[in-house]
Amino acid sequence: MQADDLDQVIAIDARVTGVEKTDYWYEVFHRYGTRGGRQRFCFVAELDGAVEGFVVGEVRDWEFGEPPCGWVFGISVRPEARLGGVATRLLETICGAFRSAGVTKVRTLIARDNHLVLSFFRSQGMMAAPFIPLEIDIA
Amino acid sequence: MKLQKSTSLALVSVLEAAANPDRQVAAAEIAEKYDVSPHHLAKVLRELGRAGIMESARGVGGGYRFTGNARRLTLMDLIELFEDLSGRAGDEERIAATAEDRALGRVLAEIDEIARATFRSITIDTMLKLVERERHAAAAPQAAAV
Repeated sequence: MQADDLDQVIAIDARVTGVEKTDYWYEVFHRYGTRGGRQRFCFVAELDGAVEGFVVGEVRDWEFGEPPCGWVFGISVRPEARLGGVATRLLETICGAFRSAGVTKVRTLIARDNHLVLSFFRSQGMMAAPFIPLEIDIA
Repeated sequence: MKLQKSTSLALVSVLEAAANPDRQVAAAEIAEKYDVSPHHLAKVLRELGRAGIMESARGVGGGYRFTGNARRLTLMDLIELFEDLSGRAGDEERIAATAEDRALGRVLAEIDEIARATFRSITIDTMLKLVERERHAAAAPQAAAV
């Protein structure tokens, strides 16, 4: 991902999620883009110079007591570009980066009602991890 | 969550047919492979036919052909044809009775919600890939032993 891609990434994310998060994406780019180092990754898929989709993730060490593994925490494709294998290529690319960083397992976390993205990760062979996400309202 | 016999039969029948989209799968073949009553299976296949998921052809070489979209049809779509997963029958009255029942109801609802999300996320195409993985995993130790 390059600085020039940010506006298109922000636009795709805003369109898919319904919320524009400009500051958030500049922060992500700052931490995961050119300064990402060997553990943080963000990639875009381009066609004729236009961004079709993006993926963001990082290697997390000993989180919840688990050996280092890759985490994908953002993946999205422009709606018109779907069903063309763009997300599959993005996932393959970041998995390759994780592999180069020395990890052999990849995880992600998806909202239960996000059927589209859940189905995508399932189609890539991902299965339920040995964790149960929990939350509590503390307001 | 335990699936009813009809639901399990529907799932394996669709998987058998979707794995061989170019040929008709005989009902007798499925009944024999899964050791089930041909009569029960016929009822399940008729229901799948009514839903537009399977198509039957009579005569020599006749059988059932998968006509759904394997990349769109989910396990939940099939399960909902045979079961009502909207809630546990009769629970509403009981849940309202005591705080203990309500607390237990919340935990059971949480489990059901996770099960429903799982069924909704897995398409027939994904299931066919899983079946292949299982087949390879089962064959791998045998190949290593040769």
